[in-house]
Amino acid sequence: MSNNLVTVAYIAASALFILSLGGLSNQETARKGNLFGIAGMAIAFIATALSSQVTEYTTLVAAIIPGAIIGAIMAARVAMTSMPELVAILHSFVGLAAVLVGLSNYLQPESTLVGVEATIHEIEIFIGVFIGAITFTGSIIAFGKLSGNIGSKPLLLPARHLLNLSMLGGSIFLGWQFMTGANGLQPLLIMTAIACVLGVHLVMAIGGADMPVVISMLNSYSGWAAAAAGFMLSNDLLIITGALVGSSGAILSYIMCNAMNRSFISVILGGFGEGSSSSASKGSQAPQGEATPTTVEETAELLSNAKTIVIVPGYGMAVAQAQHAVSDITKILRKRGKEVRFGIHPVAGRMPGHMNVLLAEANVPYDIVLEMDEINEDFPDTDVVLVIGANDTVNPSALDDPDSPIAGMPVMEVWKAENVVVMKRSLGIGYAGVDNPLFYMENNQMLFGDAKQNVSAILSKLSESSNAKSATTTEKVLVKA
Amino acid sequence: MTVTVDREAANSEQLAEARKQPRKLGIPKEVYPNEYRVAATPDTVKKLQKLGFELLIESGAGEAANFSNDAYEQAGCHIAPNAQALWTEADIVLKVRPPEDQEIESIPEGNTLISFIWPAQNQQLLEKLASRNATVLAMDAVPRISRAQKMDALSSMANIAGYRAVIEAANNFGRFFTGQITAAGKVPPAKVLVIGAGVAGLAAIGAARSLGAVVRAFDTRPVVKEQVESLGAEFLELEFEEDGTGQGGYAKTMSKEFIEAEMALFLEQAKEVDIIITTALIPGKPAPKLITTAMVESMKEGSVIVDLAAEQGGNCQVTKPNEIYKYKGVTIIGLTDLPSRMAAQSSQLYGTNLWHLLKDMGGAEDYKVDFEDEVVRGALILHEGKVTWPPPKPSNPSPTPAKSQPSTVKAVAKEAEKKSDSSFFWLILAGLALVGIGVGAPSSFLSHFTVFVLACFVGWQVIWNVTPALHTPLMSVTNAISGIIIIGGMLQIGSEITSPATILGAIAILVGTINISGGFLVTQRMLKMFQK
Repeated sequence: MSNNLVTVAYIAASALFILSLGGLSNQETARKGNLFGIAGMAIAFIATALSSQVTEYTTLVAAIIPGAIIGAIMAARVAMTSMPELVAILHSFVGLAAVLVGLSNYLQPESTLVGVEATIHEIEIFIGVFIGAITFTGSIIAFGKLSGNIGSKPLLLPARHLLNLSMLGGSIFLGWQFMTGANGLQPLLIMTAIACVLGVHLVMAIGGADMPVVISMLNSYSGWAAAAAGFMLSNDLLIITGALVGSSGAILSYIMCNAMNRSFISVILGGFGEGSSSSASKGSQAPQGEATPTTVEETAELLSNAKTIVIVPGYGMAVAQAQHAVSDITKILRKRGKEVRFGIHPVAGRMPGHMNVLLAEANVPYDIVLEMDEINEDFPDTDVVLVIGANDTVNPSALDDPDSPIAGMPVMEVWKAENVVVMKRSLGIGYAGVDNPLFYMENNQMLFGDAKQNVSAILSKLSESSNAKSATTTEKVLVKA
Repeated sequence: MTVTVDREAANSEQLAEARKQPRKLGIPKEVYPNEYRVAATPDTVKKLQKLGFELLIESGAGEAANFSNDAYEQAGCHIAPNAQALWTEADIVLKVRPPEDQEIESIPEGNTLISFIWPAQNQQLLEKLASRNATVLAMDAVPRISRAQKMDALSSMANIAGYRAVIEAANNFGRFFTGQITAAGKVPPAKVLVIGAGVAGLAAIGAARSLGAVVRAFDTRPVVKEQVESLGAEFLELEFEEDGTGQGGYAKTMSKEFIEAEMALFLEQAKEVDIIITTALIPGKPAPKLITTAMVESMKEGSVIVDLAAEQGGNCQVTKPNEIYKYKGVTIIGLTDLPSRMAAQSSQLYGTNLWHLLKDMGGAEDYKVDFEDEVVRGALILHEGKVTWPPPKPSNPSPTPAKSQPSTVKAVAKEAEKKSDSSFFWLILAGLALVGIGVGAPSSFLSHFTVFVLACFVGWQVIWNVTPALHTPLMSVTNAISGIIIIGGMLQIGSEITSPATILGAIAILVGTINISGGFLVTQRMLKMFQK
């Protein structure tokens, strides 16, 4: 295939990728968007494979086929609750690939560049490997944290900012050596090692509640790594795709940060736990009063008497895998003519949109799943709010307590509803380490225990009474007839 | 108790206290004529027992509210044959109405009574109770703070009164409440004016609305507008700037000009509406006269006025307390026993209020009259014969809204300023960087750079529109797309299979492919699940 043809194919692929991202902005077009992405990838791959630069097909096939099979198996097996882990580990693969491409490009014997172009090329390699290495290890740590292999508490080393800075400084120094020294490989490898450590350290310092930001941030990094690879290979397709992914990840991170009212920098530098522990030790803001416990029976009754119900799920629902039972409850209640809707906080769960995926898996229609901004003003007219495994996202102190570590974070204003039932394992604090005054409010009741068990129990109560109800209505009909 | 008491003394004192810890609650039959309520229902009795109390109830106490002796017995109560037996045996007596003289006499020295008292209006009663060395908690004196809402018997009774007021009005009104178009002609909906949107007023609005009437409401406190409108009523407003919000959720007396404007509004409304329900009360004062004789006369014949303030003198000039009568064709309802007319419901709510109070006081085990507790202190009007009413003013009498607001607004403004400052700074920095690149970089780099920057902006524009629900699929798709890095790997695999560049490139292709196939397939799987 001639070079011009390859270029045209790349343009087509770039356009398809843009259409793919655009298609994903909306439920109706999302599937088409994904197909566009696949088509773009196929075109790019075939065009590259047919181009004059690629000749070694045995190696190519030997690498491609096992990769595709492994990926397909992973995709088919993963449970929807562990989507965040899958995404994290896939990010690490991109990071790894970027490192390998960079190193391999450096080792490529024939280099014809001279002067400024050679310098720029070397800078490109260096940066590409640096970002790739951070993405690689950072994603692995994120994966570990999400899957529970590594504690989700932030690891805060003393002088960690200094540590980060010195690692960055060291990398820059090595970069200088890499470009001026005769043997560039050594500084490049040392820098790779340092960047790996930096990636580990950066993500270790970030707490569990900030995971949505971390995931989208790593997504962004993997894009930048691809773009850097594009620069060093003078490949526009890589640059475009990398930039698309990089900027989309950056926006997602920005949206997530906004949803938590925290600056991007403060999330990346980690240490959410730090501020909260100091304020917790002050203890001045500890909410007073007693939480009112309730029972499954009472909750079921409350639900059957309500007209409008909003369900606010959180990470707890994902952990307990309660989404199917929740969906069944929703069906029963909707059948009885009640208005049931879901309110999703932007950072509920461990990755952006996590709750939506779980509810979709459980066949909850997406048009009753609303965002925080859409539903917040409806809470005063809501009879019952069911909070399932959410804590910080429904914490009123974010709005009224300026000393709270989550102060200013937009939250679901569930307490404005007539009744709130919070399903939780205990009165414990959430990821942000903040006590929740909601639990002690007059209109709030606590339903303690495992979310799945409780939801299933409510479900059986509801279906019992619905059977009873339908029996009486048929009787009535008979009498009328 | 002072802190300096040495430990032993304190211990023995505690022991003594534990011995005479009150355990027996007594529920007498109400003696006031036409009082059907009772201070505990079989349901609340069970709850009280869970707090550790023993329950003693006078035979027939709940009969008027349709709770039989049997029901109480089944709930675990002991039945006292007569009032005398009950008053002597019980440690704490729970009542609804203030005690009558013969009841006061049967209170044993030093015992406790919890009921409505109205200490401000009943000075004599207070003295009589004091002479018995009694400890008395007045349910009507429970402070109206949010923590005490569950014990606020005034609110629970007002709620019932508001509802019942509508029912009484409907009973005396000769037409439908709801508008109908029937084969026999069109029926206009009844128009109801509710004056005073407190608990009773809101309950009346709700009840009238659900019967289908057109409801208007007026209140001197503009804050209730939202509540009124949320119930589906129209909130009447005066073209007048004055806030009538007083302490503890009550209204205060308004200025003369305001009252004049208000009266003009009522006169105009009186000609139009069919039913007026008045609930206006100002604490410690006789009810304001809002509906004049002239207004009543201007109403259509067959109209109804329900005056919920009849006991405090009435909001209407022609109200006769405890009577329903016709004044020039307008039915005036001055009943003062509306909650008692729904005795089962009001007993249940009142009983629950009492249960909450006793629970807050520690139940039977840790029962304590705690002067530190704002709620108990407020309700406590006599302690062992000493008058403790009125309670000392709490340190923060009313919530001060919007105090912190100006400062936050300022902070926000500052932040915005900072933001615009910093964005300006970044723009300059970006400009300088561009100039630097333009000077130093070769043209081949610049063409790539153009592509890069444009792609960044395209990504930026495209992603903003993504619905949050699709963030996860979006992320996995972008992740799959970033697997495009395999093209980099493909370009690296040279001719020699053993060369390090080829090996590294091949591994890159392998992991990149995992990424691509995994990412796209899992996205497909996820998107399949999203359905309407």
